[in-house]
Amino acid sequence: MQVTVKLFANFRNKRFKIMVQTIASDTTVGAIVSELDITEEEVGVILINGRHGSLDQTLAEGDTLSLFPLIGGG
Amino acid sequence: MGDDFVQEIAEFLQKNAEGGLLPFSVQQEAGQRFSLHIAEVEEISLRHDLLPARYQRNRTMISLQQQLSLLRSKVAVFGCGGLGGYIIEELARLGVGRIAVVDPDVFEEHNLNRQLLCTLELLGIKKVVAAEQRVAAVNPAVRLQAFDVAFGQSNSAEILNGVTVAADALDSIPVRLELVEACNNQNIPLVHGAIAGWFGHVAVQYPGENILQHLYAGKKTGHGVEKRLGNPSFTPAAIASLEVAEIVKILLKTEPLLPRRYLAMDLYHMEFTEVFFPDGDRELIKRK
Repeated sequence: MQVTVKLFANFRNKRFKIMVQTIASDTTVGAIVSELDITEEEVGVILINGRHGSLDQTLAEGDTLSLFPLIGGG
Repeated sequence: MGDDFVQEIAEFLQKNAEGGLLPFSVQQEAGQRFSLHIAEVEEISLRHDLLPARYQRNRTMISLQQQLSLLRSKVAVFGCGGLGGYIIEELARLGVGRIAVVDPDVFEEHNLNRQLLCTLELLGIKKVVAAEQRVAAVNPAVRLQAFDVAFGQSNSAEILNGVTVAADALDSIPVRLELVEACNNQNIPLVHGAIAGWFGHVAVQYPGENILQHLYAGKKTGHGVEKRLGNPSFTPAAIASLEVAEIVKILLKTEPLLPRRYLAMDLYHMEFTEVFFPDGDRELIKRK
């Protein structure tokens, strides 16, 4: 099945801004994050079709996953 | 203050005003002559339709009545570093009457690249002391309360006492979450900002909402990607200004820009992204 992955801020560095990926059914957000060589600690907001998601959520055909880095500086 | 005394002061101010504006020299003279704080003179001036001249370029955005509201407001700024320095500066120039500032640290050389209050002369000096000096130099109508401590449960009630809006300029995620809880318990709106490299975000959280809990849920490390990306001069200035714009609208009770959403800023790609939080999530918060 196919999902769209959107990356934000520094997650785009040496990766991409938006990409359609072919994945196995039951693939979790965490597996996609890991495949992108992003650590779980770096992940801030996760959106699935514009709603808040989590690393253990599985994706469905046609979903759009958006990943923002965790930002905490002042 | 008796009515006759106030009337006497008002007459002095009116006599020396210039075209509806009160020059600072007159405000200062009134303070000396009547033994009043500059803020007390400002209150009487605004109540008698005289705008202190320093605010004249705000006039079309902020009415006299609204200026009086700002004077009577209190904002607590948590952190006096990158974000906090600009937030304090902008609040003081706006004439927010009371500002509480909280920071346990002293300035170090690596603060010079971005922290507005940090100068060579002030290296080794407490950040809250620098904030006091800066505010006194910019706008003596502002009464600053300095807390030279790390924010925590033990001091939250004292610091948040009488606060209208809290400004998050912290650099630690666990302390931020403590601030979120304290503001929620004390029914104080919180304007949040955070930065890393070219990036940042801002959000407004009213009591009972949980945007920040969503943003930082389960993050125990204490820091985000800023530890790797660092922070340049322009990112804190931009996010701090977005925070202050939101603070002013809350203080003036005008429609806020960011209810139930946060705004992610990417200055490298020059993109702003809004993320919405459904109303249903409101229930997830446990209210006391």
